[in-house]
Amino acid sequence: MNFFRKVCAIVAKDVAAELHTREMVSAMLVFAVLALFIFSFALDLRGAMARAAAPGVLWATVAFAGTLGLSRSLAREQQSGCIDGLMLAPVDRSAIFFGKAIGNLIFMAVVETVLLPLFSALFDAPLLQPEVLLVAVLGTVGYGAVGTLLAAIAVNTRAREVMLPVLLLPLAIPALIAAVQATGRLVEGGTLAEAGGWVRLLVVYDLVIVAVSMLTFGYVVEE
Amino acid sequence: MSIMIEVHDLTKSFGPRTALAGVDLAVESGQFVTLVGPNGAGKTTLLRILATLTKPTSGAVRIAGLDSATAGEALRRRIGFLSHRTLLYDDLTAEQNLNFYARMYDLDDGPTRITDLLEQAGLAARRHDLVRTFSRGMQQRLSVARAVLHRPQVLLLDEPYTGLDPNAAQVLTDLLTKLAVEGCTILLTTHNLGRGLAVGKRVVVLSQGRIVYDEHRETIDPATFPETYRTLTAQSRLTFDV
Repeated sequence: MNFFRKVCAIVAKDVAAELHTREMVSAMLVFAVLALFIFSFALDLRGAMARAAAPGVLWATVAFAGTLGLSRSLAREQQSGCIDGLMLAPVDRSAIFFGKAIGNLIFMAVVETVLLPLFSALFDAPLLQPEVLLVAVLGTVGYGAVGTLLAAIAVNTRAREVMLPVLLLPLAIPALIAAVQATGRLVEGGTLAEAGGWVRLLVVYDLVIVAVSMLTFGYVVEE
Repeated sequence: MSIMIEVHDLTKSFGPRTALAGVDLAVESGQFVTLVGPNGAGKTTLLRILATLTKPTSGAVRIAGLDSATAGEALRRRIGFLSHRTLLYDDLTAEQNLNFYARMYDLDDGPTRITDLLEQAGLAARRHDLVRTFSRGMQQRLSVARAVLHRPQVLLLDEPYTGLDPNAAQVLTDLLTKLAVEGCTILLTTHNLGRGLAVGKRVVVLSQGRIVYDEHRETIDPATFPETYRTLTAQSRLTFDV
């Protein structure tokens, strides 16, 4: 219980800071919506072609917007040495990882809540269905978890803004491919069972990444 | 008096550079020790190792009888850490910052303790203001409140006077003196000799990763100490031929 109280304290702190500034979610949201409109008008697709392109465009947008937020989330901890404040607290390092990761997932979920209806409208794709939402959750958990771990590494480097996508995108490729494929099957009218292989890959990826991140986060943030 | 901080044969290397080269130090419970030394002497590294923020290359650290290598969480509960960086979230209010740390340290009397500390720091009227709107002196006073929030037995202070004007520095000195009187063990680093002599009851000089001087304040002559210090740290000094 103590562990979860600490995790909740970190999440509540990140949400409170974001409510004061709104800089993370607003940056992600503006980027995501702009990217959506650019893709929509640049590709200028209709009907089946639009539906076929929608999953790839959706997850590319989520990935790039998420990178913006992840980078900012850990940079906030570097500000005024706050990461030292977290490290000084009598808490297991994995609680810090879960607190930061859950905070990041909440912010990405807020962006996706706005993004999905817009995508549905502009790409004529039935994205607002429970099965797609399940894939969105699984894909976001994997991307957010690995992103939180790598943002903790990147934030200590000189070229932090450049370093995060360079580190993150290769490691997130399995999750992104699985999410695109599963979303594509569902958008084309398939069932969850037909997308089962890709969904299982997402679940396994999430479990492995969360476990690895939990075990290694302490080493990443310690000097 | 019991020993609160024990450091034995502590070394720390960053690649080929040795920051600490076999430091031995024992600080009694309730003692106020000033650690002085030139830039790059290893003061910050030593404090960060004591605070469990940095792992040593070799050697042992015990605080309140707890080994830092095996009892990190229990040990961190007994430590307060203050540096020239505030460790405060600029985007949270003063109260939200202290409330967050109170939750991280499982304080049962969090709200009461926070109110009490904000009043002591003279920030009660600004408790709902964002930290980024505070002056440097106000931020450092709040940072002291953060560091002592969980009633630590040991307070580690890394150049806490950096950036403070004389008035703010005096407020900080008064706060530290009060904590020392209440029995808190304090280890403070500074490169300001005058301040080091003024606040500490024992002065330790660190140079090139080694302790080269360790005397109680009453045995030190303030008039001759600067020259002694210059001699002890001579190898660290830079000279420019112009």
